[in-house]
Amino acid sequence: MEAAPGSAARRRGAGAALALILAVAVLLVPVLGGAFLQYLVLNVLLLALLALSFNLLFGMAGLLSFGQGAFYAGGAYAAALLLRAGLPLLPSVLLGALFAAALAAAIGAFCVRHTRIYFSMLTLAFGMLVYAVVWKWTDVTGGDDGLIGIPRGRLGLPGPMNVPVETLQRYYFFTAALVLASMAVLHQLSASPFGLTLRAIRENAERAEFSGVGVRRTIFIAFVIAGFFAGLSGALLAPLEQTVSPGTAHWTKSAEPVMATLIGGPLSWAGPIAGAAVYLGLKELIVRYTEYWLLVFGLVLLGTVLAFREGLVGALAGWLARRRAGRA
Amino acid sequence: MGHALLFQGIVGLSEAMYLWLVAAGLSLIFGVLRVLNFAHGGLYMLGAYFAFAVSRASGGSFWMALLVGPLLVAAVGWVMEFGFLRRVYRAEVSVQLLLTFAFVLIFDDLVKLVFGPVYQSPPTPAALSGAVSIGGSVLPVYHLFILGVGVLVGLGLWVFLERTRFGLVIRATAADREMACALGVRSSRLFTWVFVLGAWLAGLGGALSMPVRAISPGMGEFIIIEAFVVVVLGGLGSLRGAFLGAVLIGLLHAYGILFLPVFELALAYVAMAAVLVVRPWGLFGVRET
Repeated sequence: MEAAPGSAARRRGAGAALALILAVAVLLVPVLGGAFLQYLVLNVLLLALLALSFNLLFGMAGLLSFGQGAFYAGGAYAAALLLRAGLPLLPSVLLGALFAAALAAAIGAFCVRHTRIYFSMLTLAFGMLVYAVVWKWTDVTGGDDGLIGIPRGRLGLPGPMNVPVETLQRYYFFTAALVLASMAVLHQLSASPFGLTLRAIRENAERAEFSGVGVRRTIFIAFVIAGFFAGLSGALLAPLEQTVSPGTAHWTKSAEPVMATLIGGPLSWAGPIAGAAVYLGLKELIVRYTEYWLLVFGLVLLGTVLAFREGLVGALAGWLARRRAGRA
Repeated sequence: MGHALLFQGIVGLSEAMYLWLVAAGLSLIFGVLRVLNFAHGGLYMLGAYFAFAVSRASGGSFWMALLVGPLLVAAVGWVMEFGFLRRVYRAEVSVQLLLTFAFVLIFDDLVKLVFGPVYQSPPTPAALSGAVSIGGSVLPVYHLFILGVGVLVGLGLWVFLERTRFGLVIRATAADREMACALGVRSSRLFTWVFVLGAWLAGLGGALSMPVRAISPGMGEFIIIEAFVVVVLGGLGSLRGAFLGAVLIGLLHAYGILFLPVFELALAYVAMAAVLVVRPWGLFGVRET
């Protein structure tokens, strides 16, 4: 199937336009919708960022991490502790994400030596190690009660920009801006030479190694970057909820970005974002009818896996491509 | 102190046996089917719940529960493999993981739906309750019983794999699937039986745990992580590794509670990290290619 010349550029243009429209829509939510909608959209954004961080490893490098919850929790707890100590919002959140990146460097040193199934199991086990630490280190983390009373405080920029961010609406704009900026960075990253190197590793690690790519080093860097953005997502969650609990580190939390990504489709860049929206939308819908939403979700997942292996966005893109091919 | 150490050792070893039964099934299935079954902890949980239900229905017969419970889990395993898993053998690893993960969610909620979300704690069977005194140490009979069953299953598996024709076929397929198929192994039927056997092992572990551990819908999620640690420690696909890995983790937990209570939960992962630095492919595993 030969694409017509210029169609790639046209598709890129369409993608950019769509991204712009969605970004504007996200920023308009507080104007149009109430607290419930803002809260829901924030949750979608945070899960989307977490899923994108996961997909940096999975979609590009082919490594399925089942331990993103560790970095999510790392960011959340670090930011929560800093905020409670009186540091303003922006530095707390950024330092929280940096802490998560440091944690990812420590864990990644072990995990990047392995590929495929070993990698998945190791990230899972290290994630549960973090969970165990959070659970037991009561003096710092509050144990199973978690941390409560996390203030949103002031923004922390110099001069007149140092506004308080206590209201949900202000916090919404703060989070949406940071998440959208992160998405832009991650998008640039996927198109950069670094992103291409990661894809080369996924396709054929041996060949990449022979052509001079330091495979382990590249994966390690990707692992740390993924840890940073997972940590950022968690660091933004803590002031939103104003509490953090050990559940953020549990592997069932780590499974959420995996599911969002696979629902949306790991091979398209926007797949995890769409998947996060579908996942949380479905949850919101199903819990209205039954408390057994995981059962329903499990069945949906089963159907998705058996019917659309490339995810919703992948299936949609395939359908569009077939339609276009049929018309041409 | 000596008696306390021995007592804690027996407790640790008996805990290791549940872990061994789950890890054995996980490792066996991975070795032959190359599928990592996330729902194996779910099958363990089903084993406990089915045994509980059978015991209630048969007027409290523990032996009936121990016999029928795991067989019901094996039947669930058959449905999983025959109805679903076999459709994705050619798909990517992530698709297979996700499929088994869907079963984790389904099992958890189904159990809540049928048995309720509360803990259940059935009594220990009369014949196995109480304690015996060995060399001055008082040891609980049920823990010794579990230890015996675990070792017996280990021996049985060894005889089955090393001394029977079916076992030979399983080992051949695990070693080189394409060659085995080229030589006439009907892999689809073999895969089904191996999965059913693995499910039965997990179900047996769950059924055995029923009288001493509280049964709850989350119990599978916990043991599956431990089982992953065990198979990574021992080497994926190696039953010997799974046994020794389980024993190591069981003892670490038992003595960890005694000496390092704060770090007890983390010890297993630290042990895993330590082994991985020295032997990344596990104690008895084959080097990754």
